[in-house]
Amino acid sequence: MSKVRVLVGTRKGAFVLESDGKREQWDISGPHFAGWELYHVKGSPADPNRLYASQSSGWSGQVVQRSNDGGKAWEPVGNKFVYDGVLGTHQWYDGTPHPWEFKRVWHLEPSLTDPDTVYAGVEDAALFRSTDGGQTWHELAGLRGHGSGPRWQPGAGGMCLHTIVLDPSNPGRIFVAISAAGAFRTDDGGKTWQPINRGLYSQYIPEPTAEVGHCVHRIAMHRSRPGVLFMQKHWDVMRSDDAGNSWYEVSGNLPSDFGFVIDVHAHEPETIYVVPIKSDGEHYPPDGKLRVYRSRTGGNEWEALTNGLPQTNCYVNVLRDAMAVDSLDSCGVYFGTTGGQVYASADAGDSWAPIVRDLPAVLSVEVQTLP
Amino acid sequence: MIRVILPPHLRTLAHVRGEVELDVEGQATQRSVLDALEARYPMLRGTIRDHVTQQRRPFLRFFACEEDLSHELPDAPLPAAVSSGVEPLVIIGAIAGG
Repeated sequence: MSKVRVLVGTRKGAFVLESDGKREQWDISGPHFAGWELYHVKGSPADPNRLYASQSSGWSGQVVQRSNDGGKAWEPVGNKFVYDGVLGTHQWYDGTPHPWEFKRVWHLEPSLTDPDTVYAGVEDAALFRSTDGGQTWHELAGLRGHGSGPRWQPGAGGMCLHTIVLDPSNPGRIFVAISAAGAFRTDDGGKTWQPINRGLYSQYIPEPTAEVGHCVHRIAMHRSRPGVLFMQKHWDVMRSDDAGNSWYEVSGNLPSDFGFVIDVHAHEPETIYVVPIKSDGEHYPPDGKLRVYRSRTGGNEWEALTNGLPQTNCYVNVLRDAMAVDSLDSCGVYFGTTGGQVYASADAGDSWAPIVRDLPAVLSVEVQTLP
Repeated sequence: MIRVILPPHLRTLAHVRGEVELDVEGQATQRSVLDALEARYPMLRGTIRDHVTQQRRPFLRFFACEEDLSHELPDAPLPAAVSSGVEPLVIIGAIAGG
C-alpha cells in the first residue's frame, strides 16, 4: 500500500509526518534541528529518500541539511552562498539603493531527474544551484543580472526568491517568483531570464503595470500542462495559459483575493486551491473562519471548503510554502498554519482533520507519495 | 590546548557536548582559534563568522576572563589564561529573544 510522508518546516525545527494511504493514523518525528528556523524541507522526485532542508537562524546564519534515508539521519552540507560577479544594488523599502546581502535560503527545489541537483531560492533574491548534493552552490547570475535587478524591492518578509517551478516537459525552462519583483522565466537552463509579469496590476507601485516590482506570493503548475500557471499575488489570484507571457485575473467570487498559498490537484489540472487571507495588514482569514477555497474550473468560480476547519475565532495565517498535495488516487491536500496546525484532507478538500495541532508556527509543508 | 565553549545550537550542529579542546599552532588569536575550530568541525563554517568577509556574525559575541573580546582585532593575542587553557573562550549568542 502506498504511503505518504509530509515534511514540515517550522519556526523552531522540522517535523516528519508519515501515514499509510488511508491517511488516518500518523507517526510524527521531530523536532529535527530544534530551535532553528526551517524555511523549507523537500524531497527529491528522483530519489524520495533524498531530502534537503534549509536550516537558519538569526544568530548562526544558514545551514543546509541533507538526508539519504527519508529524514531519519541528516548531515550538514554546503552553506556557502556567494553572489557571482558584480554585487550591485536593489531598492530598499524607501526606494534607495541597497547592496545585495545573503540572508537565508527560502526554498529548495530538487531536480526532477537527478537527486544531486538542487536549486536554492535565497534572500536577497537570487537563484543558486548545486550539482553535488548540496556540497557547493553556484549562482545562476543571469537572473539577478538581467537588467531589472536595481528596481527590485523587498516585500514585508524580505527580498526573497521563494518559488521555483521546474518544467517537466522542458529541462531548460524554470519559473521563479520574487517578492517584490515578480515572476521570471528562463528557457535555457538559467543562463538568461525574462520578467513574465504582463497582466499583473499592483496598486502599491508607482506604475501599477510595471515590468517588475510586483509582489508575487506563489506560483503553481500541474505537471501535465506546464504552460498553464496559477499565481497567488499579494492581491489577486491570476492565471496564465501561455507560460507566463500574459496573465489574467481569476479571483472571481473569493471573499478576499489576498493570500499566500496556491496549489493544483494532483490529477485534475483545472482544480486549484487557495486560502484567502483578509488583507496585507490583517494576516488572518476573513471573519475568523479558516476556509480553503477550491475551483474546479481553473479559477473564477470558487467554493468554500470548511468541513473540519475552525469556523469561529480563527486568526492564523497560511504562509506561501505551506500547502502541498499528494498523488494518491484520492488526492490529498495539506496545509500548515502559523498557529502550528497541519491540516490534511484525504478527499481533495471535501473534509479536513488536523494531523497535529500544536507545532511551532509552520513555514512550509511538502508531501511525498511513496510506494 | 585552547578551550572553547560553543552556544547550544552550535554544539548540536557540531555533535559535541561540553567544551571543545583545540590545539592551536602559534599564537592564540580569535582567527587562529576559529581556524582550528572550523578545521575540526567543518559544519561550523559560516555559522560564527561570514564565509567571505570572515567577520563575526553580529548576534554572536566572544567573551573570556570576564571580558568582552568581540571587538578585538581577529589577530590580536587572546589573554594568556585562554592560550594556556586556564580559561575558555566563550562564544555566546546575543540575548535577542526568539
